[in-house]
Amino acid sequence: MQVEKFSYDNNIVRMFGNATILWGSIGMLVGLLVAFQFIFPSLNFGIEYTSFGRVRPLHTNAVIFAFVGNGIFAGVYYSLQRLLKTRMYSDLLSKINFWGWQLIIVSAVITLPMGFTTSKEYAELEWPIDIAIAVIWVVFGWNLFATIIKRRERHLYVAIWFYIATFVTVAVLHIVNSFELPISFMKSYSWYAGVQDALVQWWYGHNAVAFFLTTPYLGLMYYFVPKAANRPVFSYRLSIIHFWALIFLYIWAGPHHLLYTALPDWAQSLGVVFSIMLIAPSWGGMINGLLTLRGAWDKVRDSAVLKFMVVAITAYGMATFEGPMLSLKNVSAIAHYTDWIVAHVHVGALGWNGFLTFGMLYFLWPRLFNTKLYSMKLANFHFWIGTLGILFYAIPLYWAGFTQSQMWNDFTNEGFLKYPNFLETVTNIIPMYTYRAVGGLLYYIGVLVMIFNLVKTAKTGTFTANEEAEAAPLKVLPPKYRDEHWHRWFERKPTMLLIGSLVVILIGGIVEMVPTFLVKSNVPTISSVKPYTPLELHGRDVYISEGCNNCHSQMIRPFRSETERYGEYSKAGEFVYDHPFLWGSKRTGPDLAREGSIKLRKPNSWHFKHLYDPRSVSPGSIMPAYPWLLFKDYDTTTTAAKIEAMITLGVPYDEDYPQKANEDVVAQANEIVADMKEVLEEDGFEVSPDKEIVALIAYLQRLGVDIEKGTMSSNDTNK
Amino acid sequence: METIIGIEIFPIISFLIFFIFFIGLFIWVAGMRKAEINTMASMPLEDENEIQLNN
Repeated sequence: MQVEKFSYDNNIVRMFGNATILWGSIGMLVGLLVAFQFIFPSLNFGIEYTSFGRVRPLHTNAVIFAFVGNGIFAGVYYSLQRLLKTRMYSDLLSKINFWGWQLIIVSAVITLPMGFTTSKEYAELEWPIDIAIAVIWVVFGWNLFATIIKRRERHLYVAIWFYIATFVTVAVLHIVNSFELPISFMKSYSWYAGVQDALVQWWYGHNAVAFFLTTPYLGLMYYFVPKAANRPVFSYRLSIIHFWALIFLYIWAGPHHLLYTALPDWAQSLGVVFSIMLIAPSWGGMINGLLTLRGAWDKVRDSAVLKFMVVAITAYGMATFEGPMLSLKNVSAIAHYTDWIVAHVHVGALGWNGFLTFGMLYFLWPRLFNTKLYSMKLANFHFWIGTLGILFYAIPLYWAGFTQSQMWNDFTNEGFLKYPNFLETVTNIIPMYTYRAVGGLLYYIGVLVMIFNLVKTAKTGTFTANEEAEAAPLKVLPPKYRDEHWHRWFERKPTMLLIGSLVVILIGGIVEMVPTFLVKSNVPTISSVKPYTPLELHGRDVYISEGCNNCHSQMIRPFRSETERYGEYSKAGEFVYDHPFLWGSKRTGPDLAREGSIKLRKPNSWHFKHLYDPRSVSPGSIMPAYPWLLFKDYDTTTTAAKIEAMITLGVPYDEDYPQKANEDVVAQANEIVADMKEVLEEDGFEVSPDKEIVALIAYLQRLGVDIEKGTMSSNDTNK
Repeated sequence: METIIGIEIFPIISFLIFFIFFIGLFIWVAGMRKAEINTMASMPLEDENEIQLNN
């Protein structure tokens, strides 16, 4: 048969590869900065744009969507063309995909430090950027599918199934979790409230890990590991089961992020069960990847690519065993809110995503530039310092997490908390934070060495932008092509694969979400829980904008150690007006759900001083100082819009309240200022009611107040 | 769906979907022919342009 000549687009692969390297180095540098801020809180240099609450989300967004995101595109654009024996459908779409994605990243780099955030983890970007993400993602999908349609290879290799599932699921996750009501340019409120918002967010959050950090990388593993080892995957049958089982099960696992919270019990249990089942496909995949090297383990000695990939797959195996274990309620009780989770995440991020990306880059660069790698020695050095970096990163944090959890839960013989002061449990683990930062530094040195090595490789070689190739065109199949296995028919139909994946991932989401949204008894309302005052709402937005939720939870679990420390455990009904929910997932500082309660309430002036300089009232604290809150005004021109948005979302304010709300703002702010003015002026502070700090204090003092009124009134009725 | 009454149907449906899905999956995979599997598995290695670099 006549073969057709065409060329592969290597330029787009190089562009995405370069972007991976660039954003990786930036995102990890920001990570290093936040790691050092744990030890030296003043490392935000006294400015708001570099304070922990704002740059920690920048770090996670940069490494997930910029480093790994560009890595996905680089790997997909390289492997897809070769697996389908065709050039990408449209160079223009490829370029729009590239520049659009970089533009989104740049907008994140600008807006997150400025405090524009939705507060939802890994979905912090505000609504205009959300729309841009959706558009660019569709461009990617269009290019992906159009390329699949014009392919010269009838059957779709398993890697491509993973790409398809990635495309469709990320689209669904992003759209559903981004339902938000804009109140201004760069500010919106989540469509969902409280428990429902938490469920949707962690359905998204967990599956961002599953379908952004895992499935596309598994696709890359199924392509690049056989390539690097020059032998087919260990078991293709296993890869099919791996694929379907993984995408089917993963989507259910989100609620394991919410164990012992106010989420309905049945949803928590579903999350646990499916998380445990996930061990099977995950380890199936890991075994499949590692056994691809059967009989070829000697190659690992000589190949930096394989070294990185073997450790990557091993890290995948460890993280996917640890994940289900952490999903057990009794383990979650220990690990949740601690640094254990941070360690777990980084085994996956540094080991699985990082090392697979590095392996892929070491594989691609010599091929794109038609040369040998500049230095094997440097690549090996990178491998060893990177591995050491992961160990130095993870082990101290496991230690820290476990220690802190023990200290939170320790009681004296008399039945009191052994460490009633939360700060003690923090200062105790600061040495571990130091080791972690050193681990991160080692890992980062490895990355810099890689960049040097790859730049040198590029310089010694010559780049082929369009790599010549040839292949026979697709044969036209007879209309009744019956003599084949039916799954092969399925494999030929990319649209069927897309629909199949979509159906499979929708099942889990629907089964968990629909009852949580519809069954009223899931979220018992509490009559004493009232909407926030407009000033508190402004304060809540300051809380969100400063990223307080990155270090403070607002969710007390029903354990004696927690009710003893913070007060009554959190109830679903307390959050019905919370758009968005602010439960948090990490307690670097104490929980704040009952901060305004009788048990925990502090004077307004204490909050003022604490926010201005935490160490002045809480020596040894590692919380950053927020002096700018004393000078920045909250924006009363948006008060009406905020209240109106809340009314639209179902919060029961009076219809004419938006117009009157600012009167209440002024009254409440004046009250707070009058209360603390005297004390603060003695210390030389000037206090003005229109500053952000006043709104934030109003919000903090409201936390946990309503439910006490509820207790009192129900006691009254009992009498 | 406004109350908890009748909720049993949810776990039953979930279980059935799950059970049928995986039994079906295993039957398909077990029924695949060896030759086809080998062709599929070797797809990444069919790249004629490929130069073997030891790195």
